[in-house]
Amino acid sequence: MAEHFQVNTEKRQEATILTPHGDIDMGVSPQFREALKTAQESHPRRLVVNMGGVGYMDSSGLATLVEAMKLTRGDGTRLVLCALSDRVKAIFEIARLEKYFTITGDLDSAVQA
Amino acid sequence: MTDHHVQNPGDSGRPQGDGDPPPDLTLHMRSNPRLLAGAREMVASLARRLGFDEVSACQVALAVDEALANVIRHGYERREDGPIDMLVWLLAPEGNPDAAPTGLRVVIEDEGRQVDPELIKGRDLDDIRPGGLGVHIIREVMDQVQYEKRNAGGMRLTLVKRGGAVKDGGSPAGNPPAAAAHGRGSVNG
Repeated sequence: MAEHFQVNTEKRQEATILTPHGDIDMGVSPQFREALKTAQESHPRRLVVNMGGVGYMDSSGLATLVEAMKLTRGDGTRLVLCALSDRVKAIFEIARLEKYFTITGDLDSAVQA
Repeated sequence: MTDHHVQNPGDSGRPQGDGDPPPDLTLHMRSNPRLLAGAREMVASLARRLGFDEVSACQVALAVDEALANVIRHGYERREDGPIDMLVWLLAPEGNPDAAPTGLRVVIEDEGRQVDPELIKGRDLDDIRPGGLGVHIIREVMDQVQYEKRNAGGMRLTLVKRGGAVKDGGSPAGNPPAAAAHGRGSVNG
């Protein structure tokens, strides 16, 4: 449920890893956006969003990731998404946005990507 | 809502309002984003019971979530106290009205700002930018999509998703056919 949404942040090698937990909808996407923005401010070489804890995401979450992608592009940071569930992957496909993101199967490969 | 379409056959834009039964399920909610999770989980649960596979059920719930979010965002301009009604009818397979239902029609009514239905369009997907994806997702996922202005004010959105295969005897199959399973059925509206 939206009330339980949280985002954990850790650093591994040259990557900052954000791990959101919970559904991402318009009620919590401002919190997700803020976490991404804060992580981006330290200009990591790689910004990994581990989606393994996200069971559901709507277009507001997608929009937040598009916004982050645009920010990182101009900043030399590589944005990588990983561990998407089939349900979350489906929304990228419906919006035909999967080709614009680097998406890996798991966290280890995302950190190396 | 005061002009429930069931009392106003012919005003809904749905197929032949005459003789329409009352909705199988009605949800009255406020335009509070915290309530979206409950609404979509209810729809996903219902879709699963109708025989949709997990991804398809989630996509139907996503379309409803996007529709409700658009009402909150645009109809009520993020006010959290606007009334929204969600009415659900279970649909038997086309041509087999006595069979167990395998699809659903969802009608979402609000009292928010009215918009010319002709102006409600998804954005060009080649224009990669945040926002504007909700309408595209709704049209992509659902088989029928119709926006209309309500006579009493506000908007009405009718969404139809036909379900999957029906086994002999009318029981919903575990998995809908490919078109429904992938949310790529024909799109109207």
